[in-house]
Amino acid sequence: MLEVTNLHVYYGAIHALHGVNFQVNAGEIVSLIGANGAGKTTILHTLSALIKPKEGKISFLGSPITASSPEKIVKAGLVQVPEGRRVFANLTVRDNLILGAYTRKDTAGVAHDLDSVFGRFPRLRERSRQVAGTLSGGEQQMLAIGRALMTRPKLLLLDEPSMGLAPLLVREIFNIITEINREGTTVLLVEQNAHMALGISNRAYVLETGRFVLQGKAGELAKSDEVRKAYLGG
Amino acid sequence: MDIVSLFFQQLINGLSKGGIYALIALGYTMVYGIIKLINFAHGDILMVGAYIAYFVFAAWGFTPGSIFVAVLFAVAGSVLLGISIEATCYRPMRSAPRINALITAIGVSIFLENFPRLIPAIGPNYRDLTVPKLFETIHIGEVSIDPLKLLTLVVSLVLMTLLILIVDYSKAGKAMRAVSFDMGASALMGISVNRTVSFTFALGSALAGIGGVLYMLNFPLLDTYMGIMPGLKAFVAAVLGGIGSIPGAILGGLILGIAEALTAGFISSKLMDIVVFGILILILLLKPSGLLGVHRKEKV
Repeated sequence: MLEVTNLHVYYGAIHALHGVNFQVNAGEIVSLIGANGAGKTTILHTLSALIKPKEGKISFLGSPITASSPEKIVKAGLVQVPEGRRVFANLTVRDNLILGAYTRKDTAGVAHDLDSVFGRFPRLRERSRQVAGTLSGGEQQMLAIGRALMTRPKLLLLDEPSMGLAPLLVREIFNIITEINREGTTVLLVEQNAHMALGISNRAYVLETGRFVLQGKAGELAKSDEVRKAYLGG
Repeated sequence: MDIVSLFFQQLINGLSKGGIYALIALGYTMVYGIIKLINFAHGDILMVGAYIAYFVFAAWGFTPGSIFVAVLFAVAGSVLLGISIEATCYRPMRSAPRINALITAIGVSIFLENFPRLIPAIGPNYRDLTVPKLFETIHIGEVSIDPLKLLTLVVSLVLMTLLILIVDYSKAGKAMRAVSFDMGASALMGISVNRTVSFTFALGSALAGIGGVLYMLNFPLLDTYMGIMPGLKAFVAAVLGGIGSIPGAILGGLILGIAEALTAGFISSKLMDIVVFGILILILLLKPSGLLGVHRKEKV
């Protein structure tokens, strides 16, 4: 579904990604794990065309998207839930969701999806007229996911969905991610919480300073000494 | 004229002028809200709208039909100009330091004020137009009301209401608020940032274009610098109300218009400008975020 080859990204003179290769197959949950500053968010930003790579190829559903615009990529079905949620705090919950469907013209489909997001997150329905800035962290994460679902993604990118949330909420969010995946959406997950991420993923890549150092089945990686020492606290 | 009558007389004059200020201030505040740029060329859009209307009136005289055509052409011309300025001058500056865009805006403003003077049809000289008395003056006690002023106020209020409805309820308006809150997150949701910024300039320019027609009807003396003063004052209005705030721009415009008219009525019309810019200094000292402005906390 997603094929990334030899991706090089620079921030000015800083070489942030050193020729990254990976792929995501339809139906999978794939995790990118690694420490702060390893380049996880850079990969996602490059996929969404917020950053232009210096070198390399990204192809999604068989067509190259390296030179595409953020809007076209969303339209194609590659959608990101950004780090820190970044809900539109000045708009109501409902308007946030409506804007998720910005690229869509099928009014009936949008209404149906709005209802199914509210069904998935009853808390959002209760607060649909409330301004998003007044929601709790967990509710904002649900809203950010709901907003992304409104685009009807084929591949959902999630950047640190557990950040700043209490353990109970983290579990809830991860359950929701598994559920969304089971319903047919492929997921690419970026997490510092390697334990949780590996727990729900099929495969994972371990990123260190702009390079993949390990990759494989999530279950095997969780057992490997290197990953346990570096990311799972021994 | 007794003091009470004078007060009401000037209140009406002030509200009418304030309505025009508010229309222009909305353009400043929306553009600032979305790309954090003080668009110093915004006042000159008013001038362009006024000139377009002038040519229509000069050709066809004053009839209900010609007024309609004048407004239509003024809006079309201003919108086209506003969108082109953004696309060609400000868009390349969007990721540059803010001061670059500001200098660009000043450059665009100087260009718009001076280039038309080279065009033979416009030229460097003043043009004036005798606006016929379209309606009979209304007398209530000692207060005499010029219906043109009343019409100006009503048109401004209707346009402001329309704008608020568009920004609050239309999809494009919601996208505008989303982009002004977080441009990156908007792009990630598939919102076309460029198209939304264009839309913002179109709305602001349309209001300035109509503002130009109204301004010209009330003060029918045209030259290419005519947009500077109302532009500056509308900018003061936007800062007074809280730059970035739509209700703030409306409130600021009306307050400024009333303050000017009361100064002219009770003290001297020579002191109007001092009062306006005095208000700017005061608000910057006492409440720099403006009357209705919210200080947005920086997130880390």
